[in-house]
Amino acid sequence: MSADPRRAGVEVSLTSTLAVEPTQFANLRRRALRHIGFMIGGGVLVLVVFVALFAPLIAPEDPYAQNLTRRLLPPIWHADGSWSNMLGTDSLGRDYLSRVIHGVRFSLLIGLSAVMISAVIGIFLGIMGGYFGGRIDSAVVFILTCRLALPVVVVALAVVALVGPSLQLVILVLGLLIWDRFAVVMRSSTQQVRGLDYINAARALGCSTPRILWSEILPIVAPNLIVVATLEIANAILLEAALSFLGLGVPPPLPSLGLMISEAKGLMIFEPWVIGVPGVVLFVMVLAINLFGDGVRDLTARDRSS
Amino acid sequence: MLLYILKRLFVAFLVAVTVSIVTFSLVRSAGDPAVAIAGPDAAQEDVERIRVQYGLDRPIIIQYGEWAGKAIRGDFGYSRFLNTEVSKVVLDRLPVTLTLGALSISFALLLAIPLGVLAACYPNTILDRIALTISVVGQALPSFWFALILMVFFGVHWSLFPVSGSSTMLHFVLPSIALGYYASPAIMRLTRAGMLEVLASDYIRTARAKGLLQGSILFKHALRNAVIPVVSVAAVQLGFMFGGSIVIETIFSLNGLGQLAWQSIHRADLDTMQAVILINAAMYIIATLAADILNAALDPRIRVN
Repeated sequence: MSADPRRAGVEVSLTSTLAVEPTQFANLRRRALRHIGFMIGGGVLVLVVFVALFAPLIAPEDPYAQNLTRRLLPPIWHADGSWSNMLGTDSLGRDYLSRVIHGVRFSLLIGLSAVMISAVIGIFLGIMGGYFGGRIDSAVVFILTCRLALPVVVVALAVVALVGPSLQLVILVLGLLIWDRFAVVMRSSTQQVRGLDYINAARALGCSTPRILWSEILPIVAPNLIVVATLEIANAILLEAALSFLGLGVPPPLPSLGLMISEAKGLMIFEPWVIGVPGVVLFVMVLAINLFGDGVRDLTARDRSS
Repeated sequence: MLLYILKRLFVAFLVAVTVSIVTFSLVRSAGDPAVAIAGPDAAQEDVERIRVQYGLDRPIIIQYGEWAGKAIRGDFGYSRFLNTEVSKVVLDRLPVTLTLGALSISFALLLAIPLGVLAACYPNTILDRIALTISVVGQALPSFWFALILMVFFGVHWSLFPVSGSSTMLHFVLPSIALGYYASPAIMRLTRAGMLEVLASDYIRTARAKGLLQGSILFKHALRNAVIPVVSVAAVQLGFMFGGSIVIETIFSLNGLGQLAWQSIHRADLDTMQAVILINAAMYIIATLAADILNAALDPRIRVN
């Protein structure tokens, strides 16, 4: 259109700079779309989070409402199943579908809250050990070794038994116990970046140590931490289920998936679905979180190498 | 080498002491031992009398000192519920848990190492995919649920294996699978990654050029080096298994340490509880220590640094 060659040149360079940003993003998006595990895991996870957020609206019935006239109705795939209780009812006549939906909500709540506590502990210890090295690092490694030597399930069971089961206690105990992977990853990631030029530059500019740790190191290693966080949420959910299964997790009548399996295990030989339903839901939820976490790791790892 | 082992032993000892302090204060501060001894219905003055009688009114540091002094001589206190010394019960139950741990880690290694080697030999093929799927599924399966499923199908419906007790080796089959499969994904991934790295190295190319057999290259030359990091992870997993056996032993009624831990937790049997946690920690420490020494023996670079 324009006859002026200089203007044409400006336009070309403008479009090319504009084109660079979207391509990087589009690249990531294309790779994400091609990553089967990430897509399946992410898709299921979106569904799980949606169900958890809107559990009271989605669940057809009150998960606590007992109805002894309809105990142990079979699920829909059985010959005499009915649509009114798609996944059947438990031995107190509570709607299994509603309990599973609320169970997913509790699982995610416990997983997220416990990991928030453990992330703070693990990230703090890891960054201290990784950045300062020397004696501080030896101390961090020692604390980490002691923590790893403590058997998580046994200690958690003992504390819950001595204090008395409650939702808050389970979250607190798990949060205080499962920070080890955060510390390990944070420590090694910090060791990798602490000698980089931009950190030295920040130090030369007179940045305070907390500032360097908080706004120079933490953002750079954040992708690794997101991966650890997803895997630890899955871990916390499995641990809570195991504790509740043994009767020392969240107390009844809360609809925890582990508790549902525990309540149903007396009937499992004759009616395998009573443990099948909550178990499969638990498995699928944890699988989705793990696939998503593995996907994030693959995508961010390749992003950095490029 | 000797210096390295001595240094590691010293750290292991410090870890054991720290763990015992943490456990002791945790157990004593989370519950009231006097109430636990007297029972929930006891009168207040009886509780107080027991507190003074057992020395539970003294500062916790003195109580710990007394406990540690006895523990170092092998006296872990007395279980009022089992009416025996704690150390005797622990020794009674230990073989079952050790058998379960050994069988579980063997199962995990026998499943994971061949799969990892296969996946590394044929990367990005259908075999690799299958191995990856097994590991991803394994990581997400809740072990207590998997144990129940094994019990329902292999134990009851098809009656292949007994589902409770520990009298014969057959009793250990299902528990070992339930406990061992959980460790296999980590071991498999590590074997695969290690093998991929080693197979791409120069000395393997040399071995190929010399015309060595494929099997000899894989198992004699490659696996040996690829397996070094696996040793550490397998040891850590073995240590975790002793802790995780509380769930599996309870489900399959195996009369081991896990079951003992479960019973002592339920009855607020504090002395036993403490001893079991400490034994668990000790088994973890011993397993990782053995792996470190083994690795130092396998790889001279580790013991120099």
